[in-house]
Amino acid sequence: MSNNTASSSAGANGSADSAAPRRNSKRPKYSRFTQQELPACKPILTPRWVISAFMLVSIIFVPIGIASLFASRDVVEIVDRSETACIPAQNRSDKVGYIQSSADKTCNRTLRVTKRMKQPIYVYYQLDNFYQNHQRCVKSRSDEQLRSRSGENETSSCEPEDVINGTAIVPCGLIAWSLFNDTYSFSHNNQQLQVNKKGISWKSDRDHKFGKDVFPKNFQNGSLKGGAILNTSIPLSDQEDLIVWMRTAALPTFRKLYGKIEQDLLPNDEILVTLENNYNTYSFNGKKKLVLSTTSWLGGKNDFLGIAYLIVGGLCFFLAMCFTVVYLVKPRRLGDPSYLSWNRTPGGR
Amino acid sequence: MTRGRIRARLRRSHFHPFSCMRPRTEDGKGPHPIEGPGYSRVVHCNQPRMHRRKPLKYCSNYISTTKYNIVTFLPKALFEQFRRVANIYFLLAAILSLTPVAPFSAVSMIFPLAFVVGISMAKEALEDWRRFIQDMKVNTRKASVHVADGFGYKTWEKIQVGDVVRVEKDQFFPADLLLLSSSYEDGICYVETMNLDGETNLKPKRALEVTLPLDEDEAFKNFTGTIKCEDPNPSLYTFIGNLEYNHQVYPLDPSQILLRDSKLRNTTFVYGVVIFTGFDSKVMQNSTKSPSKRSRIERKMDKIIYILFSLLLVISLISSIGFAVKIKFQMPDWWYMQPSKPENLYDPNSPVKSGLAHLITALILYGYLIPISLYVSIEVVKVCQAKFIDEDLKMYDEETGNTAEARTSNLNEELGQVDTILSDKTGTLTCNQMDFLKCSIAGTAYGVRSSEVELAAAKQMAMDLEEQDVEISNGSSLKNHARNSWENSSGAPEIELETVITSADEKDQKTAIKGFSFEDNRLMDGNWLKEPNTEVILLFFRILAVCQSAVPELNEDTGIFTYEAESPDEGAFLVAAREFGFEFCKRTQSSVIIREKFARPGQLVEREFKILSLLEFTSKRKRMSVIVRDEDGQILLLCKGADSIIFDRLSKKGRMYEETTAKHLNEYGEAGLRTLALAYKKLDESEYNTWNNEFMKAKTSVVADRDGMLERVADMMERELILVGATAVEDKLQKGVPQCIDKLAQAGLKIWVLTGDKMETAINIGYACSLLRQGMKQICITVTNSDATSQDSKQAVKDNILHQITNASHMIKLEKDPLAAFALIIDGKTLTFALEDDMKHQFLALAVECASVICCRVSPKQKALVTRLVKEGTGRTTLAIGDGANDVGMIQEADIGVGISGVEGMQAVMASDFSISQFQFLERLLVVHGHWCYKRIAQMICYFFYKNIAFGLTLFYFEAFAAFSGQSVYDDWYMLLFNVVLTSLPVISLGVFEQDVSSEVCLQFPALYQQGPKNLFFDWYRILGWMGNGLYSSLVIFFLNLVILFDQPFRAEGQTADMSAVGTTIFSCIVCAVNCQIALTMSHFTWIQHVFVWGSIASWFLFLLLYGMVSPIYSGNAYQILVEALGPAPIYWCSIILVTVACNLPYMTHISFQRCIHPMDHHIIQEIKYYRKDVEDQTMWRRERSKARQETKIGFSVRVDAKIRQLKGKLHKKHSTLVTQSYASSPS
Repeated sequence: MSNNTASSSAGANGSADSAAPRRNSKRPKYSRFTQQELPACKPILTPRWVISAFMLVSIIFVPIGIASLFASRDVVEIVDRSETACIPAQNRSDKVGYIQSSADKTCNRTLRVTKRMKQPIYVYYQLDNFYQNHQRCVKSRSDEQLRSRSGENETSSCEPEDVINGTAIVPCGLIAWSLFNDTYSFSHNNQQLQVNKKGISWKSDRDHKFGKDVFPKNFQNGSLKGGAILNTSIPLSDQEDLIVWMRTAALPTFRKLYGKIEQDLLPNDEILVTLENNYNTYSFNGKKKLVLSTTSWLGGKNDFLGIAYLIVGGLCFFLAMCFTVVYLVKPRRLGDPSYLSWNRTPGGR
Repeated sequence: MTRGRIRARLRRSHFHPFSCMRPRTEDGKGPHPIEGPGYSRVVHCNQPRMHRRKPLKYCSNYISTTKYNIVTFLPKALFEQFRRVANIYFLLAAILSLTPVAPFSAVSMIFPLAFVVGISMAKEALEDWRRFIQDMKVNTRKASVHVADGFGYKTWEKIQVGDVVRVEKDQFFPADLLLLSSSYEDGICYVETMNLDGETNLKPKRALEVTLPLDEDEAFKNFTGTIKCEDPNPSLYTFIGNLEYNHQVYPLDPSQILLRDSKLRNTTFVYGVVIFTGFDSKVMQNSTKSPSKRSRIERKMDKIIYILFSLLLVISLISSIGFAVKIKFQMPDWWYMQPSKPENLYDPNSPVKSGLAHLITALILYGYLIPISLYVSIEVVKVCQAKFIDEDLKMYDEETGNTAEARTSNLNEELGQVDTILSDKTGTLTCNQMDFLKCSIAGTAYGVRSSEVELAAAKQMAMDLEEQDVEISNGSSLKNHARNSWENSSGAPEIELETVITSADEKDQKTAIKGFSFEDNRLMDGNWLKEPNTEVILLFFRILAVCQSAVPELNEDTGIFTYEAESPDEGAFLVAAREFGFEFCKRTQSSVIIREKFARPGQLVEREFKILSLLEFTSKRKRMSVIVRDEDGQILLLCKGADSIIFDRLSKKGRMYEETTAKHLNEYGEAGLRTLALAYKKLDESEYNTWNNEFMKAKTSVVADRDGMLERVADMMERELILVGATAVEDKLQKGVPQCIDKLAQAGLKIWVLTGDKMETAINIGYACSLLRQGMKQICITVTNSDATSQDSKQAVKDNILHQITNASHMIKLEKDPLAAFALIIDGKTLTFALEDDMKHQFLALAVECASVICCRVSPKQKALVTRLVKEGTGRTTLAIGDGANDVGMIQEADIGVGISGVEGMQAVMASDFSISQFQFLERLLVVHGHWCYKRIAQMICYFFYKNIAFGLTLFYFEAFAAFSGQSVYDDWYMLLFNVVLTSLPVISLGVFEQDVSSEVCLQFPALYQQGPKNLFFDWYRILGWMGNGLYSSLVIFFLNLVILFDQPFRAEGQTADMSAVGTTIFSCIVCAVNCQIALTMSHFTWIQHVFVWGSIASWFLFLLLYGMVSPIYSGNAYQILVEALGPAPIYWCSIILVTVACNLPYMTHISFQRCIHPMDHHIIQEIKYYRKDVEDQTMWRRERSKARQETKIGFSVRVDAKIRQLKGKLHKKHSTLVTQSYASSPS
């Protein structure tokens, strides 16, 4: 693209410059900036530029799309929906009552591996219709309190789960209070599959947001029980389930990392899941799913990115073709003065 | 007179039989009956103390044009600010943000509002301060006022009603005064009312006879008197009052009143009593409050804001209803929110209350739809644009050292949309300087210099010829033939053209004599003696020197006489006579003495002409005569006057030169010169005596119609004249005026001239500026019967005018010739009727049909009314340009007021929105700056709405996924920065630096200007397009990201995206997409734009990086988000690229398609420039340039075209006769 400096204007200006500066106190100083004559690049969308830009985009996008589709296809995912299945048939008419009762809620599920899954295999729980992103939830926490012991009494934002009998709840607030409390254990061929629950949260969260000297206190001691109970002897920085949970999800349907299985699984392996079905999703008709998934460089199984790339890339290719056709069929010589409005309207002279 | 005071010994009244004649008997008129409402003012002369208390306490002479004072500034300026709807909204939002319903912190709402309002108010304050300073300059002017014993200086503001003031020559009158006496014995003084009505000729004022003795300082010791008169009113030309003096009552009329802001001329001093001070004075009564103007675009912007408000309201309602529904029906099931312990806002038992509270939250949350920063950005951009206008060297006037100045920056873009220009004449189009340029004596034309119009036209013609050369050389042989004969036939004009151009070059070398640019060796330096008709030439010069009413003044340094003339053309005649060797050097009571240089070789001869009578010039008579007795005792009547008048009065043998002179007059008129014909006649002693008796009788009669009688008697004398010749005076146009008018007309602007001057003058200037030309049909609308006092005759007059208007409209409608042009000329008196409600629309309809409109003898108020009529009647943008105080009304009334910061007072400039030092800069101001500013602001506003819709709607979409709880997916900081940092600078750089085409191209292709008045860049189609684009972008940005980051892990390490990750990704996409969008919008990238656009994207990532590094207390979940979570995830970058491209795809396709299939003018020109076709194919470039003019019927180019057409027509005839001849001869 051309760097077109306005040189001719400087010449036109010459006469004014050479005139004797009689009273030049008010005379503006010449600079290219103030005279709006800065050198400028003035790109214009010539057909060549348009076509090559669209082609370039499609050339870049299509391979990315294909690559991400492949990546997504590589991911093996096992989803098991369990919220109804884990309620004994006789209790299904009153799920909420069952889940709130003190009965044993252990439930066994069997998963079949369809494709070879390379370790690490990530274990997620997925909740549905759960508004963790509701403002009342999101605001109901105290980062100061989580971070260090000195901020223990900073509970003003945690209402109604802030204090109990005048002492602060640690961790306070509704999110912590509603901590997910289903547990899973896996076995394969009667062998326990180790679930690694370390390192499932962000390192920065463990190091900087959840204090090593902060221990749970008064947690779930109120009349109303929420979710999980925390081990009061473990500092918050090591309570990774809590840390993961406290990262509020953006949407009412979300998955959260439960742990990692650091062992390959082979096709047709049967995995027995022993599930403690504690968490009440029944009162709001939420689904509960257990997900085992491998990841690719792009993350989980999600064809959408690849498809979107392909669509946009294809669209660009199509547009490039269209413009090429237009350019070939109805070429307009660039800078053809006959297209100027005064040459096109019959009224013009 | 022993005081040694210099006193002009001349009884001036002798020369003014009409206006200043005093009836012999004093009881011609009785005192006015002063009583009743409207006539309550009592002034005790020389007793200002009487006016310190009520009821006679009148307002002081202090004037203030400021909008605010210290006390009122805050409330008034705040009120002004909150007249903007958006500001009210933001104020409410700020107040509500103090309550718990707010989704954001209060500071983030209050700070931007305070900033916006603060900046705007500071600007207001600064502008008002400037006005205050200007007022103070006026208020602190010194005037000589009578105090206890003698005269002392007081500032103007201290002058009180009843004070006796002494005003010296060339000073302004500090208030409206009653003239008591002047340095002339008969109490005459001359006043220039330039600032009031724009008229430059001097007006005589006359004191009452009884007050004449009060002509020295001592006389006022014991002077008292009482004036009873009308209350303050804006009528400049009327005054009714009585003076009670020495127990007698004398009537007062306007001729004794000296108005504030007019100037004393040709009179050493006057004494006067202050009647009206300050705001009571007529000139101030005429002034209107300076309105705060808003540009068309801004008004439209308000409408868009209303649309956005509705949108805001709709989505807020949806949100709050959704919220209420969720609260009512679902919240009880959400045990994790402990619905049993509800806070106020989340109470499932009272969903309506929660819903209403949430409505407020939503209104604040979605406030991003209404761009608060838009106002700030626009203010910033406009200030920068104004700075560019101020700094433009091509609008800098070396002569006066003035730059153009954008005094209010509100209207920059309005400059690009002007449709009609209403221009003052004197001082704006003309410099009010007359130059004697040509003359025709005894049927011979003298004077080789060309008028500016001719010069300009000649250049144009030369250019056109060149073009034709090119075209014709490609043409057929027939055309060649035509061209040859063309050359043959137009050989003479071409030679003329050459002389025209060469003489223009010489012009600079000669030392210019003011008022004289005549050049012809045949007449100069006594060479005229060698010409034939020496006698006539001699007579011609004598008429120039004698037939006048000026006073000579000897400049003692140079020994050259200068002349104090009533009108500048008279001055030009005297200077011309002096240069020809007939120096008018002395005027006595009854004679004029001329020093003749060439009467006898090498000797100066003083000749005395006894003035017997002087029949002065009036606009009705259009002529002036003197009857003189020369040294031989011969009585001569010397007459000069409008050619039509003189030609009617020629005797049979006086018509010798009539034909040739008429031809010359025609040529002069065509060249835009003011012409007068000169004639004389010889009188017998007895003939004169009989006439004089009758004349004296008429002079001293006490009949009501004395003036009419005088005129009739004078008319009897001015008959049977012998034509001598004609003069052509150039009313010197300001530099570059014809060219500028030509260009403006080509840019499609209509130009109206509103002048306080006489009709003839106005028409002459019309010719000079090419607003009128030969062959144009002039429609003059005038009232014949001037006094319309009774209701009946008023109706008759109105009917008459209406009849004229309808007739003219009819004529225009019936006109078939597309090239026919009409000019409407209307005078002030007619205008008063034409502007009345029942007629103004017909008048306007007629005026719009005419190519040029000239209104003459209009008062300042009428100027404003006409401006209002055009503004409101046509609905188009009007621009008023003027230089004097009389233009203030129209400058304020018009959409844009432009003041000429010339030599005259500053009133016009003070009232204006833009000031330039010369009319010719108007072209650049409109065509370059206006065009740019319009496009910049239009694009900027469109983009602003786009980006805020694109951003604001994502907030709404998220709500739908967050149970409408008012939670935003973005960090508060992101939202705060979005408008302030991340997207503000690129859009400001768009508004400040964007140039679709360079300034030269703007000037070369005036048609490009029409993009503004046609409003191609801010029509609803475009605005809605941009809004649609915003909607599309918001959908793409939000939903693509949502699906990509839905529930799956977004990294190889298996983490899923939480709210901060999703929010940050979406926000990154928004920042990239809108900044890429603006890059696509721009067509002009200097390094500044590059830095701002790409820098904005970079600064977002930089911010994210830095924000992630500060302690998590502040950054919350955004802590280390880029470094730890998003940066290493390829999906983050992939989605940014995908979304950015997807967002810009439709716009990119649109502009590519538009350029490809329906290119606009600037696209083509950009391409031509890009491929340097203008350099390679200069013919094409020139041809297009000449085509890029709007079809116009005024301007000298058209005049040239008309001329060429005429010549071609002749040629064609000649050619066809040639052909027939050849056919006829060939058979033989």
